[in-house]
Formats: sequence, C-alpha cells, structure tokens
Amino acid sequence: MLRVIVRRLLQLVVTLIALTALIFIWLRNLPGGPVDALLGERATPERRELLTKALGYDQPILVQYGKFMQRMLTGDFGNSIRTGDSVVEVLGRSFPATVELALAAMIIAVGLGIPLGYLAARHRGRTLDNLTVGGTLLGISIPIFFLGYLLKDVFTQNIHWFPPSGRISTGLDNTNVTGFFVLDGLLTREFDASADALWHLILPAVTLATIPLAVIVRITRASVLDVLNEDFIRTAEAKGLRHQTVRGRHVLRNALLPVVTTIGLQTGALLAGAVLTEKVYNWGGLGTLITDSITGSRDYPVLQALILVAALVFIVVNLLVDLSYAVIDPRVRVR
Amino acid sequence: MQARGLRSAIAVAAVAVMAAGAAGCAASDREEGGEGTASGGTFVFAGAGDPKNFDPIFNDDGESFRPVRQMFETLVTHKPGTADVVGGLAESWEHDAAGKVWTFKLRKDVKFHDGTPFNAAAVCYNFDRWYNMKGAAAQSQMLYYQDVFGGFATNEAESAGKSIYEKCEAKDDGTAVVSLNVYKGAFPGAFALTSLSIASPEALKKYDADKVTQSGDSFEYSAFANTNPVGTGPFTFGGWDKAKNEITLNRYADYWGDKAKVDKVIIKVIKDETTRKQELRAGTVQGIDFPAPADRKALETEGFQVLNRPAFNILYLGINQKNNPKLADLRVRQAIAYALNREQLVQTKAPGGSSVASQFMPDTVLGYAPDAQKYEFNPEKAKQLLKDAGAEGLTLNFYYPPDVSRPYMPNPQEIFTVLANDLQGVGIKVNGVPRPWNGGFKDDVQQFGKHDLHILGWTGDYNDPGNFVGTFFGRAKAEFGDEKLTDMFAAITAADATVDEAGKKAAWEQVNRDIASKWLPAIPIWHAPPAIVVTKDVKGLVASPLTAEEFNTVTVSAS
Repeated sequence: MLRVIVRRLLQLVVTLIALTALIFIWLRNLPGGPVDALLGERATPERRELLTKALGYDQPILVQYGKFMQRMLTGDFGNSIRTGDSVVEVLGRSFPATVELALAAMIIAVGLGIPLGYLAARHRGRTLDNLTVGGTLLGISIPIFFLGYLLKDVFTQNIHWFPPSGRISTGLDNTNVTGFFVLDGLLTREFDASADALWHLILPAVTLATIPLAVIVRITRASVLDVLNEDFIRTAEAKGLRHQTVRGRHVLRNALLPVVTTIGLQTGALLAGAVLTEKVYNWGGLGTLITDSITGSRDYPVLQALILVAALVFIVVNLLVDLSYAVIDPRVRVR
Repeated sequence: MQARGLRSAIAVAAVAVMAAGAAGCAASDREEGGEGTASGGTFVFAGAGDPKNFDPIFNDDGESFRPVRQMFETLVTHKPGTADVVGGLAESWEHDAAGKVWTFKLRKDVKFHDGTPFNAAAVCYNFDRWYNMKGAAAQSQMLYYQDVFGGFATNEAESAGKSIYEKCEAKDDGTAVVSLNVYKGAFPGAFALTSLSIASPEALKKYDADKVTQSGDSFEYSAFANTNPVGTGPFTFGGWDKAKNEITLNRYADYWGDKAKVDKVIIKVIKDETTRKQELRAGTVQGIDFPAPADRKALETEGFQVLNRPAFNILYLGINQKNNPKLADLRVRQAIAYALNREQLVQTKAPGGSSVASQFMPDTVLGYAPDAQKYEFNPEKAKQLLKDAGAEGLTLNFYYPPDVSRPYMPNPQEIFTVLANDLQGVGIKVNGVPRPWNGGFKDDVQQFGKHDLHILGWTGDYNDPGNFVGTFFGRAKAEFGDEKLTDMFAAITAADATVDEAGKKAAWEQVNRDIASKWLPAIPIWHAPPAIVVTKDVKGLVASPLTAEEFNTVTVSAS
C-alpha cells in the first residue's frame, strides 16, 4: 500500500511539472493577453511598451518560465494582474466557495443516488425503476447552464423561494472564519448567517448535483443488478440468511466498488460543472475565477495556479478513491 | 412557501444541526448594540466587474471608477447630467494668456476623510506625486496621467515623451498654481478626470501609496490603494469583502457639499448580465448598468426606471488604407460611406435614443461643425464612385469582435451583419473576420493593422474635441494605415494648441469639415446613449453622459 502511495505521489510531481510548462507556454502563445486586456481601447505604442516591460513579457519565454518555476518552488505564485492580490490569497478565498458547493452537490448526489439506484435495481421493470431510469436520462441530457437558468427563472423570478445569486445576502454582517459560510455561521453562532448561506446554497447545489446524481443512480442500479445475479447471493439466500443481511452485507458492499470509482471521477468532473454553475449563480468560487481570468483580464498568474490546483485536486481525489478500494474490498488489501 | 418561510425553516434546521453537536468555537465579529443613528437606508448597485483598486491615479476603467468617484473629488467636475465643466474642489480657475499657468481658487472648509485639511499644499502634493512617480510598474498603470501630461520626471519607457507638467505652487492655503510648459486643449476638462482626483497627503504617506511592486508578471499595490483610500468625497471607504464580492461605502458626515442621503452604498459585483437583471427583479439590488438594448423596453414595462445617459460616445467603421491599395483612394472610402444605410441601422440595431453620427464627436463638444459633409444613403452614387476609382468587385476583410458588448457597441455581430449587407449591395464583397476582443481583435486591428475594415468606438473622458478626434486621428495609427494624411495630423495638432476659445472652436470645426470631405479615414456610425437602470423606489440619481454618476443624491424609499 505504501508503495502505491509513493508511486502515485511521484506521478503527481511529474504530472504537475509537465502541466506547468504546458500551461505557461500555451497561455503566452494565445492571441491577445493581459497588456491588451488592461489597456483596452486606450492602447498606444508607448503604453504597450511600458506595460510589456513592467510585466516582464519582453523577455524570452524560457527566461520567463525559469523565473516562474523559481518563484513557484518557493511558494510564490505571484499576484493577480487585475487586482494585485496575491494568487494564494485569491485561491484561498475562492477555494472554500467551490468546495462548499461541490460538497453540497456531492451530498445530494450520493445521498440520493445510491438509495435510488439500489431501489431501482430491486424493483427492476416496475414503475419506480422506469421513473428512475427516465429521470436519470433527463438528468444526464440536460445542459447544466440551461438547467441553472431554468431553475433560477422558476424559483427566483416566478416563485421567490430562493435568491438569484451569490453565497449570502448583500449587506449581511457575517463573520468569515473558514470561508465556508454555512459552517462559519455555526461556529460563530450567527445562525441567521448560516441559514442565509444554506438558503443561497440549495439551488446551485441542486444544479451541480444533477449529472453526478444521474450517473451514480445508473451505476448503482447496474452494479446491484450484476451482484444480484451472482452465485454467492443465491448461495447466501439458499443457506437461509435474512434478506436484510444479504442486501446489506453482500449485495450493497459488493456493488459499491464501481460506484465509489464513479464518485471519484464525478468529484473531478464537478470542477468542470462548477465553472458553469458558478457563472450562472455568481458564486465567486474557482469556477467564476477561471472564467474571469480567461475571458476578462487574461490573468496568467491566477490561471496558472488555478489549473495546477484543479489538476492536484483531481489527482488527489483519485488517489483517495484507489485507497478506498482497500477499505471496501478486502481482496485489494490481500493483493 | 414564500422565501421568508423557507428561510426560517432553514434557520431552524441550521440551529438543530448546531444543537446536535457543532459547538460554537469561533468569535463573531458583529458589533453589539443598535445602529444609533437615523437610517437613510442602503443603496445596492450591481457592478459588472471587480475594481482594480481604489487609488484613483492607478485606475482607468469604469468598474474601478464607480466606487472611486464616490470617495474622491477632482479640482473641476461636470455639471450633473451634462459634460459641462464646473467647479469641484476648486471654486474657480483661470489661466494666463499662453494657457500654461493655471490658477485654482480652492474651496475652504473641506476636509479629507482622515480629518486632515484640504488645501493648496495637498493639491500640489498630489500633482508632484504623479509627476515624480518611479518604477515601470507604477508608471505603466497611470494611463490617464500619461494621456494628459505625457511623461514623468524620469521616464521608464524610452518612447514616453517629455512631461508637460512643470510645477505646482501653493500661493496660500486657498490658491494652487499649476504650471505647464505648453498649452494643451485638454484643459480644463482633463482636470475633471477621476484618475486626477486629490487624495489625502497624510494617508498617501502613511499607507505608502507610491509603492507598486512587481511580483512575477503582475503588480502589488499599496495599503492605500487596497484598504485605506482617503479622499474628500461624500462617502468613505467601508471595505471590500472579496469573499462576498461587495464594496461598502459609508456616508461621510463632514462632507463639505450635499451630504449623502443614504447611510451606505454597497456595490455588489455580479459579472453575469442575466444574473444582474435577475437580482434587480428580485429586489436584491436597486441598480444595474448598461442593459442590452433588447432588454430596455421590457425593463420599462416591468416598472423599472431606464435612465438614458446623453450620448457621449461614437461608433465608427474604421478603414485601413494600407492593405488594399484601393482604400487609399478617397473616392472608394466615400463610396463605402454612401453605401451604408446608417439611418436604418440606428432604427433597427441601436439602443433607443441613438442618433446617426456625421462626425467623430457628439454635437455637445466644442468644435462640432454642423455644416460638415454628410453621406446620406445613396447606393447608386456609391457604385458610380467605385466605378470611377476602378474599384468594382472590391473584396474587403471586415474585422469585428462578436464576443463583447461596449456602451457604444452593444451588439457587434448584428452591426457587422447589417453593414456587410449594405456593402454587398453596392458590389463590395465582404469577408467577415470575427476575432475575440481580447484574443486577437485588438491586436490585429490596433497593433498589426491586418484588416481592411473594422468596427470600434470610444466613450469620451472629458469635454474636449482632442479627446475624440485627437485620440483617433492625431497621429498615424496602424488601425487606419493613414500615415500619408500628414495634413490631418498637423491640423489637429494646431487646433489642440489654439488657446483662445473662438480660435479653438473655428480650428476644430475646420478639422471636422476636412475629416468628412478631404481625409475620411473612417466613417462615423452612431452616438448611442448608454442606460442605467434603477428600481422605482430609487430617486435622485442623475444619469451622466460620462457614466460618472454620483450616489450622494440618491434616496431609496422603503417599498
């Protein structure tokens, strides 16, 4: 097990270094750039020259990359071109927003997905199964930004149940401790702030949860159906084990392995979904940051760090998924 | 279930979770006790982007200027709702016969937010600070300073010219004398630029305002710029909560002028246009900026106030004379002008209240020539001119940015389609080249001049013909490939250097006439009034042609 972890960590380092070079060179070869974004219509040759020099873009790209790597190895990711804030600070501010959203979405997706998938399999061919399969098809097919705007239109403009955007009501005096607004309200006993944050969280989380929920339901259903047809289930039932024991100890546990893999993959995919969801709901997390940094000021330092963080999260989540196999399936530990 | 009920249910659930085990282990930052003062309410306005920082001199965009304008003031300003220059922190001003020495009589009893007095010494401290600014990082962020004054005491860019600023003297507390080494037509209008706002010298020193450091390939600004901006305006800085995307401004009780009617202004940054409208409809913000032309009617029907700003901008069709030799022929450029049905374009694609432009500046700017040549839609004449010039069957590459919306150009794709159809109607073949605004369009057009035709525009910064016509055609640009039009550059330079008002007016009028008839480096399309939208309970907001609304006059009644 230790060897697996070490090997994966080494892969992580190599992947990240390759990514830095790729991102750095690719970004700087795109047409346009921060100089244009910052100067807008007011660009003149003198201003271009001054800003290009000030930003260090007049140096050869390898020199720029060398300096970037040197700084990065000391933990200095630079500052946002747009606001001058430290990139670490910018990411530190946006990260909890995305994690809070992704976590809420995952709770919905897993919390509903596994039971629904299991029930659909147990009632195969019946109304519940048909409804679930139809619903999941819709969930996978519907584009996330369309669903976001649809839910917003219905629940914030027609029936005013939820706020249209943001993480907390404007002007609400809440204390920021961890950056997770729901948690912060509980920690500081500002329960109104916690409730307000939860109220803001529901629609974006439902939007983001739709696709992983549909995928988890389908995988769980398929996996449970497979296991139900296994010989050892028949044997267990023939030996007189109670239904509950067979389902809980044998069916569900054996069916969970592909489901957990799916959850891991979907957690990574949530980052991609978050980009759209956060845009729709003005969420202010990593997704918002990445679109702003690309389409707005072409904020190279923020973009570079963001892509690295996204890759890191994806790799770490998948490592954790691999490790979780050992917990769920004893055969993995034996191997 | 209505929102309030649902929220209560969530609150109960949250408390239950808390009771179940999440022990309170962090302190609340909330202030205990009541507000204590009579409330004028809060005005929440939706911004479309993050401000860069709050030091006026390092900013040049509308999203940064919106909060900065509420906190800082300039020596001269604009009469509300117009682009007319009136007294600001200076009650009056005059210049010598040569237009080089400007004497400002300052308002008395004005205090900065930190309690220090505003006086001539403070004015000169600011002017000297700008002129003596050091470092490429800092200088590169002072776009408007360079626009107005040229260079610095020590230039970091080799191409930057000599500064026209010489010195500033505090004759007495109430008199500041700014000396320039050359007259420039931009004054006094340019003294109203938000970038040239007067900041508290004490705060500038205390918070190390000049320190702009380069960190990798970006900049880091001072504590003054980020967290401690101190001016004389009707609002003080309350904070920028970046996790919540909110900038808070508090009413300045000791403001010298009309004190703010609301206690607080919150600028909530919402980058998505649809979301801004939804927030407005939900009542969670009371104002949004630059609605799409197609939305204006609907918003009005829904009961919102759509306030049209007087148009202070221009959209033009640029012509690059360099790539296609036919375009260097004036007759071909005139043929293009006659081919365009601008009247119909304005009626179908421009925001309500827009007008066809015949010159490159609005008629409210000094030097507008009512008798300048106009090009009415006349496809037959266009065809004849093309034939005379031997340019029949002309093929042109037309660059446009489909992904952007500007106050003067809300829908570039649609504008391109209509203009291209008009051109094809007279036999000009158009190759549309859509390029992302910041992914090729500006580079290709402004820097490399790869195009034949393009659409672009400008919103005026202050009331001066040089800020429009001089900006476009004051010197040769890759955008127009117009280096042969040396007469035009000379005429503009001479008009800009004319000191007496009557002579200046006549010189600019002649420039405008000649641009229309002799040079025609581009074709003016329209002046479009950008709108600002507020809910019906908002009163007192005066729409500004310079998009420089001040929020101290705003009231928000309880609905």
